[in-house]
Amino acid sequence: MKGEKVKKIIKTINIDVDKCNGCRACELICSAFHAQPKYSSNNPGRSRIRVIRDPLRDVYVPVYAGEYTPAECTGRDKYTIDGKEYEECAFCRASCPSRDVFKEPDSGLPLKCDMCESDPPLEEPMCVQWCLNDALTYEEREEEVEEEVEQEELEIGLEALADKFGLDKIVDTIVRMSESKKA
Amino acid sequence: MRYAETGFNLEIDLSRGSIERVETDPRLMELYFGGLGTNAKILWDRVPPEVEPFSPDNLLIFSTGLLCGTPAIGANRTIVSTLSPQTLLMAYSMMGGFFAPELKYAGYDKVIIRGKSPNLVYLWINNDKVEIRDASHLQGKGASETAELILQELKEPKAQVAAIGLAGENRVYMASIEHGRSSASRLGIGAVMGDKGIKAIAVRGTKDIDIARPDEFIELCNEVLEYIKARDDNPIPGVMPILAGLGSPQEMKIHDEKWHTTSFMWGNARTRRRDFWTEEIEEKWREIQESVRTRLISCYNCPMKCGAIISIPGISTYMMKCYSKLTYTMAAYSDLDFGFKIAQRATEYGVDGFSTPQAMAFALELYEAGILTDQDMPGMPSDTEGRFYWLLDRIVRREGIGDMLANGTYWAAQKIGKGAEEYAHNNIKKHEQLPLKLGMLNPVYFLMYCTGEKINITQIEGQFPQEPFPTREEREAFVKDWIQVPDEKFKQYFLDWEPRGEHSNPYYPTVQMSCEIVDWMEMMHYIDDALGMCAGLSSFPLKPPYHIHNYPAFISSATGIDIDEAGLSQVAKRNRTLVRAVNIRRGMRREDEKPPEDHWKKRFPELEEKLLDEYYKFKGWNTEGIPTKESLHELALDYVSEDFIKRGILRDTETIPTKATSKEKEKKEGGGSGP
Repeated sequence: MKGEKVKKIIKTINIDVDKCNGCRACELICSAFHAQPKYSSNNPGRSRIRVIRDPLRDVYVPVYAGEYTPAECTGRDKYTIDGKEYEECAFCRASCPSRDVFKEPDSGLPLKCDMCESDPPLEEPMCVQWCLNDALTYEEREEEVEEEVEQEELEIGLEALADKFGLDKIVDTIVRMSESKKA
Repeated sequence: MRYAETGFNLEIDLSRGSIERVETDPRLMELYFGGLGTNAKILWDRVPPEVEPFSPDNLLIFSTGLLCGTPAIGANRTIVSTLSPQTLLMAYSMMGGFFAPELKYAGYDKVIIRGKSPNLVYLWINNDKVEIRDASHLQGKGASETAELILQELKEPKAQVAAIGLAGENRVYMASIEHGRSSASRLGIGAVMGDKGIKAIAVRGTKDIDIARPDEFIELCNEVLEYIKARDDNPIPGVMPILAGLGSPQEMKIHDEKWHTTSFMWGNARTRRRDFWTEEIEEKWREIQESVRTRLISCYNCPMKCGAIISIPGISTYMMKCYSKLTYTMAAYSDLDFGFKIAQRATEYGVDGFSTPQAMAFALELYEAGILTDQDMPGMPSDTEGRFYWLLDRIVRREGIGDMLANGTYWAAQKIGKGAEEYAHNNIKKHEQLPLKLGMLNPVYFLMYCTGEKINITQIEGQFPQEPFPTREEREAFVKDWIQVPDEKFKQYFLDWEPRGEHSNPYYPTVQMSCEIVDWMEMMHYIDDALGMCAGLSSFPLKPPYHIHNYPAFISSATGIDIDEAGLSQVAKRNRTLVRAVNIRRGMRREDEKPPEDHWKKRFPELEEKLLDEYYKFKGWNTEGIPTKESLHELALDYVSEDFIKRGILRDTETIPTKATSKEKEKKEGGGSGP
């Protein structure tokens, strides 16, 4: 199957840790933006961005919440950069069982950065707008990608699921999901 | 549903080891907002004037402000209130950082501590779970060392810690409470914390703070951010660099210290060095500052970078802010390098960077004058820097001469005698002031120095320029976008204020104008201190983003109560009056309200009397500075006048000035012994 070339917008938040002043406004405004109704409350504990701060060791790293994963990694990573040691898994975006970040404090449900998706769309995610020190900046660029790649990804994913649950169950589920979507 | 505030206080009784979560009356928020306002109310209600600072009945209150933990930029101050061992009056020191918002997220507006713990303990507040934990292993540890150890012990790197060092443990009157890059330093509140046997408070919170009208509120926050950006791009011309922008004076960012080093006094607030700042010094100081400063840092939810991480080879990294880089430097007639080095030790010990260097410079003056001798200073090194370290080590341990100096210059001089009183020359109400000695009396500053309840000029001054601009053109340019004035008349006052001639100090601004200017500046500080807003974005710098015209909308949309400018100014006045009432009940009177004798060379006794008379009248106080029954009634503070009448401080039918009773006087003069 030959895929067609399609245009895709790549959204990037550039993180310049040297410019971070550790104020955590990004955490605050993220949680306020995602409150229901919007801005009705805030709680950095619910934020999808977290500033890893260790002032006396000059560690200031904003990290965004990525995918949820049900499994822990077999190993843990610890980085040392320019003589500064970063906590275990510091740069990892995953919401995973090995730590309590990127989870709702009350329910434990995983959190994930959605680039402040909203209608109408924002010019920039709120964390970027509230970072006056430009530790966080935003850029979009267009890239051409072959659809085929995605197709491959889908197949790999489905194969993994079929291995786990059996192909019949997957088919049943897809049928049920598409019917409930129609209804 | 409570908005902006949590509606709960944490009541800790250290004598009994009890912990209670107590719901507060929502009406208190409408009357006093929170922060300093409700702290003053609690101290008035629960701490009678007979209570000594080091009594189990004294309260130590850690309070958030009303807007702390909301998205309001810069609302991060913790307001700590208690009775000061140094002045024997109310103390309300404040600190920025991250403590107050974290406490709000944990579900509390205040932590109110009473009693005394028999052993050294620390508090661990983790949302609903609150524990009093043993701190015997932290005894003698430095303040930031303690914070580090607690975070490790709790395995909670996201907790925020406020701690005392050795000075607080030993009830040194200039002991501070340290929290990261911030500290609540003035008036000896760290000593009260140490007296209560509490080494630190750690807090972690993951609850929501609610806003009543979110869309309106966030719009206001965005406007403030925009204004900060614009203001950052347009520093105010004609004023010294550290005062041209927002934030607290930008001493960590800017190395140009010409203004401080040539206008402020060196040593024991003695010598002005007009020629100090040379190109050579500038180059050297720039190099020193840049070599030790690792990063500029902020408090919670604030883009200003008023603090810095300081790393000097061979010395533990620490955090610094504002003016403390110069206080030790200048008190010791030394160099910036020394200032950065000794400040590290002072921060770990937990001492006030204003009073401590002055107490040390005072001691060295007494030594040079022969009032203190080698017997008093056994083993003291011969170089000034070495002597400063030597004295600091003794003050925080209350060893030998350090025991006297630990009570501050006023009490130390009383005890040393032999004319030492003359050397404790820079105090107001027994508290060390900025080392500033000037020529011509400034009527506005005269009033602020005399009557400020914080007993610290930087907590009153701000909105109105400190001195007239040289030319009319410059003044006209300044007032053009001066939107913060409560009334257009202030622009005229400033336009007509000249450096010399008929319209200059001390007779211009006139007495009436001076009262109005002080009232405005004071009002803004009292609003900030109730909201937990940093003065650096509001009451302190010229042309700040927060002011009397946008605050009502902030408070209304955050809390859901509807308040206008008049209502806001009424709350500020109520809070200001209540803090004064606490002090009046403790014996403070007109005779205490004076600047250091030598603050200005040119003094005008008649004018000064008139300034105080008119200012008191303007405030609704009698000639002794006591709020009258009528003015208290207008502020819904009838409970204060009832108490005043019962105690004979006011008379029921009239408002005749009442002198402090002999018992109150005795107490004022008698206190102040070390442990």
